[in-house]
Amino acid sequence: MPATGAQGHDGWWQRHQRALAPWLFLAPAAAMFLLYVVLPIGQSMRLSLYDWDGLGTPVWVGLANYVELASDPDFHVALKNSLIWLLGFLLAVPMGLGLALLLNQTVFGIRAIKSLFFFPFVISQVVIGLVFTWFYNPALGLVDKLFGLFGQADLAVLADEDLVTYAIVAAGLYPQIAYCMILYLTGLNSIRPDLIEAARLEGAKGWQMLWHVVLPQLRPASFIAVVVTVVGSLRSFDMVAVMTAGGPYGSSRVLAYYMYEKALSEYGYRMGYGTAIATVLFAIMLVYILFVLWRIYRQERELG
Amino acid sequence: MNPTPLLRRSALALGLALCGALGATVQAGTLVINTDASDPAPKAAWEYLAKSFMAAHPDVTVKINTFDHEGFKTSLRNFLTAEAPDVVSWYAGNRMAPFVQAGLFEDVSDLWTRDGLHDKLKSAAPSMTLNGKQWGVPYTYYPWGIYYRKDLFAKHGLAMPKTWKELLAVSVKLKAAGITPFAIGTKALWPSGGWFDYLNMRVNGHAFHMALTSGQVPYTDARVVAVFDRWDELVRPGYFLANHAAIDWQDAIPAFVKGEAAMYLMGNFAVDLMKKGGLSEAQLGFMPFPKIADLPQAEDAPTDTAHIPSKSRNKADARRFLAWMARAEVQARMNEILGQLPVNREAARPADTYLKEGFTLLSNAQGLGQFYDRDAPAEMAKAGMEGFQRYMVKPDSRKEVLERLESVRKRVYK
Repeated sequence: MPATGAQGHDGWWQRHQRALAPWLFLAPAAAMFLLYVVLPIGQSMRLSLYDWDGLGTPVWVGLANYVELASDPDFHVALKNSLIWLLGFLLAVPMGLGLALLLNQTVFGIRAIKSLFFFPFVISQVVIGLVFTWFYNPALGLVDKLFGLFGQADLAVLADEDLVTYAIVAAGLYPQIAYCMILYLTGLNSIRPDLIEAARLEGAKGWQMLWHVVLPQLRPASFIAVVVTVVGSLRSFDMVAVMTAGGPYGSSRVLAYYMYEKALSEYGYRMGYGTAIATVLFAIMLVYILFVLWRIYRQERELG
Repeated sequence: MNPTPLLRRSALALGLALCGALGATVQAGTLVINTDASDPAPKAAWEYLAKSFMAAHPDVTVKINTFDHEGFKTSLRNFLTAEAPDVVSWYAGNRMAPFVQAGLFEDVSDLWTRDGLHDKLKSAAPSMTLNGKQWGVPYTYYPWGIYYRKDLFAKHGLAMPKTWKELLAVSVKLKAAGITPFAIGTKALWPSGGWFDYLNMRVNGHAFHMALTSGQVPYTDARVVAVFDRWDELVRPGYFLANHAAIDWQDAIPAFVKGEAAMYLMGNFAVDLMKKGGLSEAQLGFMPFPKIADLPQAEDAPTDTAHIPSKSRNKADARRFLAWMARAEVQARMNEILGQLPVNREAARPADTYLKEGFTLLSNAQGLGQFYDRDAPAEMAKAGMEGFQRYMVKPDSRKEVLERLESVRKRVYK
């Protein structure tokens, strides 16, 4: 460093170095985040106030797209289905925990078995969707044979407006359970044996042990499992696209799929309306995201 | 108003830079064609087209870029506005309307007048005309109609129905014999549109079909209700394959081949699969959709077309190419490869039995529909076909479906 002239600058830098360094390191990522995430979100929201077919000049329509959404029966169906997805998908958390507890043994070959259970998560969602479509096929499918045992033959689950969403959620659960299971298995690895030992000496076992000793230690794992599951359920798209394309007559649409249909599919190209749906979806997610951020913030303060 | 002026401008600048870079490497006399002819037969047909054109015009080099169908629909919008090719493949009727309205397709009326295409391509002229001008050249279409199992009909002593009454009588007998009269799979929605089109064109005629799909008639109109009255006579007794909403049109073919269903309203492209399934020409028959009201005969014949983008940089050669495509012998050979029908009425007749019958059917038609989802604007088409599917599954929802369609119509054609 040159000694003269830069003295004042040097001093300033020295004084603020510690405060500034993290921001400088963050700057590239923050710039990227601003350019590729925050800005497009703002642009989409702005676009939702226009009527635009993707070709001509956009026409300003104010809140008309949102007014139309409020009375659009297809949107109501999509919204309801998204909520079914949200609640149904959360089943993956306890089921994943159950599997993890079951597989958390030290038996010969357990690693191989664990990886078998993890397998569904490795398969592409599209493939799982296709396979489940075959399961549900009313003429040849496995599920039909099962229903046949109870005298319910020829039930076309994917063509039934009341059952179709649950059927797709069930298919979606298949890989999601595996994902939650792996999260819990890692969590179980870091459980403190001395606490278990102590609890055992106190006479705790079964549910009591699980509820009061094991689960509290699994809190970080539970937290992440719930986060990924909620986010996964709200952006569910591929399963719906592959299994029913939103059918029959639109009864299995979810918000993400409806947005795609309106904005980008063969019969769509209503960009403004599509982005209005996206904005609503974003608002729903925001409630949840804010909750997560608030929790993380609180935890950090506890630790700090 | 432009919501993203900055990004638009920079994208444009980038596009221009790319064009400049490409322009430097591409010599004059190169014709760039973008198509979605990604299936084997269409691909071969376009390759033949390019080769034959280059043989006749040695000064031009043709370059074909092939896209998959879904990708093409999206990228078409991009490359028409940014870096346009010289020729694109697309579809007639309302499908080309957004691009014509946005000024992205070139007016080729001069070509039509010069080469006498108004007469040679007569059957497709109305669906290529918008605002009194022609916007491209049609090169192929295919007939729709009812494919039926001749052997099953013979076994149960049934004759080919020519009227609605006869069709109903045949259906009663088939059903009694444990055979579902009609195969169908509506998972992809459009097969339900075929049924609506035919019933509508037979009950109300071609002019009404055009008026309805261009938004001039309410869906709650008594004439539309009359269509559903006829449809009721097939839906309510269960004359369609059960669970059709769960399967695609291909999935309904096994039922047809196994003889569990005896008739199938479909486009000519289904014949290939029916034959592969094991049906011989002695078993597989073709009949026009029966008459209902006393009206001039109209058919569905979706037409594939080629257009010149307004931003093409080689319009002179593109015009020569379109003129080449319109020629009788070129269309004859292309459609021989495609297994479809040439639009040019001077083209040689096809040899295939079913195409021959389809050719006669279309040449005698007084009007051609492009199909519900090509004649109606996209959003209406989607809502319409969803409504038809819902009605076919739950006939009691009929009134609700029509009211819903009417509310969509009011919004779409405002």
